[in-house]
Amino acid sequence: MLGGALAAGASLPIVQGLLPRESGGLGTAGAKAGHSGHAGHEGFAHAGFAPGRSVNHRANGFDPTNLLRDFDYGKTRRLASGRVLREWEIVAQDREIEVAPGVKYEAWTYNGRVPGPTLRAREGEKLRLRFLNASDHPHTMHFHGIHTALMDGMPGIGENRGGGQVGPGEEFTYEFDAEPFGVHLYHCHVSPLASHISRGLYGAFIIDPKKGRPEADEMVMVMNGFDTNFDLSNEVYAVNTVGFHYVNEPIQVSRDELLRIYLVNVLEYDPLNSFHVHANFFQYYPTGTSLEPSEYTDTVIQGQGQRGIAEMKFPFDGDYMFHAHVSEFAELGWSGFFRVGNPSRLTAAAASAAYCDLPWGGAGRKA
Amino acid sequence: MEAAAQAERAPGGRLPAWLLGLIPLALIGAAIGAFALLGGPGLGERTGPPVEEVVVERTTLRPGEIELTLRNDGPDPVEFAQVAVNDAYASFTASDGTEVGRLGSTTLTIAYPWIEGEAYEIFILTSSGGTVDASIPVATETPEADLSFYGLMALLGIYVGVIPVSLGMLWLPFVRRVDARWIGALIAFTVGLLALLAIDAALEGLDIAAAAPGAFGGAALVFAGALVAYLLLAGVDAYLARRRANAGGSAAQGGLYMALLVAIGIGLHNLGEGLAIGSSYATGALALGAFLVVGFAIHNTTEGLAIVAPLRDGVGPTGGTRFGHLAVLGLIAGAPAILGAWIGAAAFNPSLAALLFGVGVGAIVRVIVQIAPAMRNDEGRILHPLSVAGLLAGIALLYVTGLLVSV
Repeated sequence: MLGGALAAGASLPIVQGLLPRESGGLGTAGAKAGHSGHAGHEGFAHAGFAPGRSVNHRANGFDPTNLLRDFDYGKTRRLASGRVLREWEIVAQDREIEVAPGVKYEAWTYNGRVPGPTLRAREGEKLRLRFLNASDHPHTMHFHGIHTALMDGMPGIGENRGGGQVGPGEEFTYEFDAEPFGVHLYHCHVSPLASHISRGLYGAFIIDPKKGRPEADEMVMVMNGFDTNFDLSNEVYAVNTVGFHYVNEPIQVSRDELLRIYLVNVLEYDPLNSFHVHANFFQYYPTGTSLEPSEYTDTVIQGQGQRGIAEMKFPFDGDYMFHAHVSEFAELGWSGFFRVGNPSRLTAAAASAAYCDLPWGGAGRKA
Repeated sequence: MEAAAQAERAPGGRLPAWLLGLIPLALIGAAIGAFALLGGPGLGERTGPPVEEVVVERTTLRPGEIELTLRNDGPDPVEFAQVAVNDAYASFTASDGTEVGRLGSTTLTIAYPWIEGEAYEIFILTSSGGTVDASIPVATETPEADLSFYGLMALLGIYVGVIPVSLGMLWLPFVRRVDARWIGALIAFTVGLLALLAIDAALEGLDIAAAAPGAFGGAALVFAGALVAYLLLAGVDAYLARRRANAGGSAAQGGLYMALLVAIGIGLHNLGEGLAIGSSYATGALALGAFLVVGFAIHNTTEGLAIVAPLRDGVGPTGGTRFGHLAVLGLIAGAPAILGAWIGAAAFNPSLAALLFGVGVGAIVRVIVQIAPAMRNDEGRILHPLSVAGLLAGIALLYVTGLLVSV
């Protein structure tokens, strides 16, 4: 196994493929089949970042793998009325983050991470968010939900009552009820809007229905991108900020277990984004505002600010790709893998079936 | 101030001249040293983030690989972090590391299954998030620089340089028979031809310089090359003229001498032309159709005529000029095209190309200055109806044949 993998690697000296890391090495037979099947494509398995270098999550202060299942429930206490009051403290701060290996970006963040914390509440609760602006620029928190004008995080509205635009060093407390249930988002609404949003000021905002949803392995995927050279088009695309992160570190899921993905599109500069999963179909709940799915599909499109819930089970073990079905985005970073079941049971065939039968560049890396 | 200067001058008079010359130099050196040691006192930090300036000097395509040679033209180091070809990130290796200091260069070898005939847009993402763009208008494999390739380039140089120039020189017997009154017109014809050639070469050089790193001079290289070539040829001319005057020479020798000057000028020009052809061929921008080669041949035939025009005076069909001399003249004017094609195809560098084009321009201008007096008529006028007609004919012929080779 090791010998075969090294041999394949030796013939592909500068390959960076999309084989998820730590997968079993490819069998010699699999690699050879790939070679013969794609004459002229030797040395190029697929789009990916240059090898030998990865994003420093520690320096970033967040790791997309952890971010995936990190839900911020805040602090709760019961009010005299019997209602639950849920409270958070959110700090806007400027911070340099690495969005692709070796590529630094001056991000504007909520609580030092991009996307901001996934705020999660239950339908009908009273929510209170103390927002402190430690950034050099004015910001707000504009929630998608139902609330009064003063609580809308909209510059020009409510400044005389301490609201509206929150300047550097200032703070404001947003207060509103958790409604309607579904998957929503929040973002800064200070002009220039595209700039404030694309810099990283956004996050998912989940309101669970009163009766809850069926037990599931839940995760949040915020589809975003980065215009690193400020030319009004993105250089790096991703889910949860770091391009190709879930290719290098596939998302571990269990076979036959219900998987629930809260999918939010905050991408700027491109009008549409999409989500596609390989070798499987999912039930889709647009905006999550209904408990009945609207479609059984393997691809959905979301415009800017659109979101929804995808639910699926993987019936087979193996590595299954998910990516934007806008190929350009996929090959500029918005790709990942689900790793279903016990990784040691993966075979070359299963790995290859995940995307196409090319010899994955990871073959030479590790057996 | 005046008094101080006077006081300085008095003791200065006793110092040796070389020391007086060295003192300002030493002071400048000390000032620079102190400035550097103190880290530029009073200047403070730079304002704003560094501006990255990177030039793509050379693009090479091999099966499954795209190679880009990048030069850092800006004041700060640049680190190349990622590369995307047609909006897809690709893996790459860097020959001299991914971080490049001022004026440094590195070659990125990108793994990509490019397809013949397609166009590619590449962006290189730097560590600061900036991008360097490179484009490949039509992808085609870059020829390997092996022996057969150099052979092909030599053949190309012979086709477009040596053969047409030599053919053009076959007008010598015709030139010999032409009435004496027409000699001014013939020289004028050559001057017109060369003038347009100089303009053309200057524009092409400036065009290439636009893609060259500004730190190496850019467009200034064309003018520098022209100035250097002009001055060198003028110097050589003055030296040879004195030797000739001492030895005494016939009219035929004078004509041969003038022909040699024209040949040198045209040869330096053909060096640049060969360079352009070779690099275009190597990057696939130029398809070597028979039409193009024929076009260049016809175009350069006129240059042969320019060489033999001064050889009119003398006896015999060749004006007393030995065939050996003619062959040497042809080689001087035509063979540099071979050398140019080699350089252009194997080691094209926009800065070098701009400089060489400038050299060609300077050489031609020098030749024009040299032979223009021969346009004079009996009244001593340079511009007279016949010479003007000759000038216009030369410009027209070069323009028309140039249409055949506009690449």
